[in-house]
Amino acid sequence: MRPCPHFSGRLLHSALRLLAVGCLAASGLAHALTPADAQVLATGESDERIATLNRLAVATDDKAAATLIQAMADEAVRVQGTQVLIVRDEAAVDAVTGEAVALTDEAQDVTINNRMRGALETALAGMQLVGGDPERQREAALSLQRGSFDEPDVAQLPLIERALVADLDPQARQTLELAQAAVLLASEDEAQRLAAAQKLGETRKPEVRPLLLQRLESETSTAVKGALQSSLEALDRTLAIGSALAQAFTGISLGSILLLAALGLAITYGLMGVINMAHGELIMIGAYATWGVQALFRNYLPGAFDWYLLAALPVAFMASALVGAAMERTVIRFLYGRPLETLLATWGISLVLMQGVRSLFGAQNVGVENPSWMSGGVTLLGNLNLPWNRIVIIGFAAAVLIGVTLLITRTRLGLFVRGVTQNRPIASCMGVNTARIDTYAFALGSGIAGLAGCALSQIGNVGPDLGQNYIVDSFMVVVLGGVGQLAGTVYAALGLGLLNKFIEGWAGAVLAKIAVLVFIIVFIQKRPQGIFAMKGRSAEA
Amino acid sequence: MTNMTTPPVPASVTLPHAGPLLTRTGWSAFAVALLVVCAVAPLLNLFVPEGSAFHLSDYMVGLLGKIMCYAICALAMDLIWGYTGILSLGHGLFFALGGYVMGMYLMRQIGTDGNYKSELPDFMVFLDWKELPWHWALSDSFIATLLLIVLVPGAVAFVFGYFAFRSRIKGVYFSIITQALTFAALLLFFRNETGLGGNNGFTDFKRILGMPLATQNMRMTLFVLTGLTLLGFFLWARWLVNSKFGRVLQAVRDAESRVMFCGYNPLPYKLTIWTISAVMCGIAGALYVPQVGIINPGEMSTAASIEIAVWAAVGGRATLVGPIIGAFIVNGAKSWLTVTFPEFWLYFLGALFIAVTLWMPQGVVGLVKKIRGARA
Repeated sequence: MRPCPHFSGRLLHSALRLLAVGCLAASGLAHALTPADAQVLATGESDERIATLNRLAVATDDKAAATLIQAMADEAVRVQGTQVLIVRDEAAVDAVTGEAVALTDEAQDVTINNRMRGALETALAGMQLVGGDPERQREAALSLQRGSFDEPDVAQLPLIERALVADLDPQARQTLELAQAAVLLASEDEAQRLAAAQKLGETRKPEVRPLLLQRLESETSTAVKGALQSSLEALDRTLAIGSALAQAFTGISLGSILLLAALGLAITYGLMGVINMAHGELIMIGAYATWGVQALFRNYLPGAFDWYLLAALPVAFMASALVGAAMERTVIRFLYGRPLETLLATWGISLVLMQGVRSLFGAQNVGVENPSWMSGGVTLLGNLNLPWNRIVIIGFAAAVLIGVTLLITRTRLGLFVRGVTQNRPIASCMGVNTARIDTYAFALGSGIAGLAGCALSQIGNVGPDLGQNYIVDSFMVVVLGGVGQLAGTVYAALGLGLLNKFIEGWAGAVLAKIAVLVFIIVFIQKRPQGIFAMKGRSAEA
Repeated sequence: MTNMTTPPVPASVTLPHAGPLLTRTGWSAFAVALLVVCAVAPLLNLFVPEGSAFHLSDYMVGLLGKIMCYAICALAMDLIWGYTGILSLGHGLFFALGGYVMGMYLMRQIGTDGNYKSELPDFMVFLDWKELPWHWALSDSFIATLLLIVLVPGAVAFVFGYFAFRSRIKGVYFSIITQALTFAALLLFFRNETGLGGNNGFTDFKRILGMPLATQNMRMTLFVLTGLTLLGFFLWARWLVNSKFGRVLQAVRDAESRVMFCGYNPLPYKLTIWTISAVMCGIAGALYVPQVGIINPGEMSTAASIEIAVWAAVGGRATLVGPIIGAFIVNGAKSWLTVTFPEFWLYFLGALFIAVTLWMPQGVVGLVKKIRGARA
């Protein structure tokens, strides 16, 4: 039912018909919104409409005007003759009088173009600023600020100024002052422009930049130009620091991932000397275990879905540790002292594990969902956005590292592991069951790989090939850090992560990766034993 | 092929005998192999009619030709791993380098017959390149290609090996950095900007030396050529490991420190055999590409390099026949299993890795020797 746009004859007719009712009702209600205003607002020329809109929005105590503006923003306004109607749920109400009106076929939708829509949003935001709770004030202030940044318009000024006078949440006030400055940047008064330029410069927000640049082009006054320039410079400095920090953060994030992937290997390879090419597959098993726990939670405990990760941690650890223990018991123990053979045998195990997972769960990637508390992020310094899942993984890597260190240095098991790796016969003479310690240590390293898999499932794809992506990297980390050294592994992981992201900044991801590999190859030439070489008699072993 | 009556002695104290290159049985076996490659196979393929039970199908010719290329790789791996004790996880790189050099020549041979009818290879037209990059300069000359097949893998291996062996990087460390090298090369070759076809590599070859590739005669020629190369390399390797040079290599494998204390510098020995081994792989790659018709960075994957080691291990390290047998067994099983039980192939390969390292450290050849020794 699209009504015809030209309707002056019918308009007059219906106006006469409904005049009496309208007059009666208007007398007892709001005084600010007149039928003429409503008519202009609904059907006038754009400029006229916006002027009326802003005038109405500034008039605080007018309920009818507020309702009409809200209705217009919701596109619930129709024009029927001289009447402006608010139509909600098929029930029409006269905007001026508030009386119910029968809706006829003559009612026409009010057209709202983009300019009008922006003005409406600004007006609504301005109205919400007065009164309302702090949360809504902040939201409204932000919406106002967006409007003024996108399209600074002096017409918005009265609205903003009126809101600034009112009782405001401090944060909302700050936001609003920026909006004011953005509008004032286009003001006729030079002093106002100068103040605005300075004020905007102090914000250090990336979204201010185009505003300043735009003004710089058309600005005539040298003083304002200078202020704009220095504001821009200060802003660019902050942005540069922000992006450098962002780069460092992604570097540390990559480093923490490398650390998690390599930490298990630092035990199995670093301490025990077992070249475990199936390490990547143990990570993969941890990730699949996480996926399994997630599926269980979704089906049986949907209420606690957000906390499935906590349950997945021990499951992932145990799954990988058991597979690792089985590997050690059945294959690896027969190959101690033959590192190259171990390499081949564990590669074979990795093929079997990969194919096994493929047969069980299919060759496709499975979907692991982040719990809600891990999505999103925190924004610092304008252009520095830190995703929660990365932050959590950095913290998790640190926790695992601390845990492993304590386990190795402070517990009886750790003591035995150190004893066996340093001098097997003597440890055996002291009554240590070396074979069992080997199994425990290997299971521990494997379990940590499982934890890494649990973490990695939160940031990447989980598929049968997951481990293959990490195996070369984790060996690089352990070799670079120096075999037999947990500390070396940490430095190597963080160093490689930062180096990789730093090179990535100007050479792209693939070249960065190649450069890092070449760097490692060259580094190993210089220091064949890694960053921290073992000294003393055990070094040659 | 050794004397059956002497009791088996541990490998580490076997005294080298400067005897003949091959025993009498050895020579006769070699002659049979030569006959099969040069006469029997071509006869069965080209002249026996297709329906006959003795006909050697084109598929089999292609498969055997491919496996013989792999056998050359296994032989090369055996020289460096079985005889010198250095496990390389980077031989796939040398194989691919040889293959890519040959592939570049074959791409140029396509001429203007590509999809875009351009002088440039199709992928360059696709990338909107206007001229050949510098490293394609020599690719239209067959002589230069033959030289580069030797020089490119050789030079890469020499430079890498010089620095690695000079810093006395040994054992697992060496294996891991060869893996890193190969992985870096893989990433590099995957890029379109490298000018080597990106992840699609080279394919759709049309001719070699102006002659069409996809004919039965050309396939047979390449087959015979590969077979002769394999047999030639076998004899040469035999001579090499029996020479004084070869004995030093085995000494390095068994006790490198002792070799040094005896006044030898292991660096030139290791570097020489490392480079030779790489060049052999490069040649195998160059023979492989025209027969298979494609070369892409997949040949440089970690798995491909480790598989070469497995062929050598399955056949039997430190024997020269072993790796060749190993290459045939593993790849034969692969081409059979991937067709009949595609799911099963990786289980089989994985189990093979484990079984060989656990129970057959001497490989198939060692097993046969043991059985024969037990019987005698």
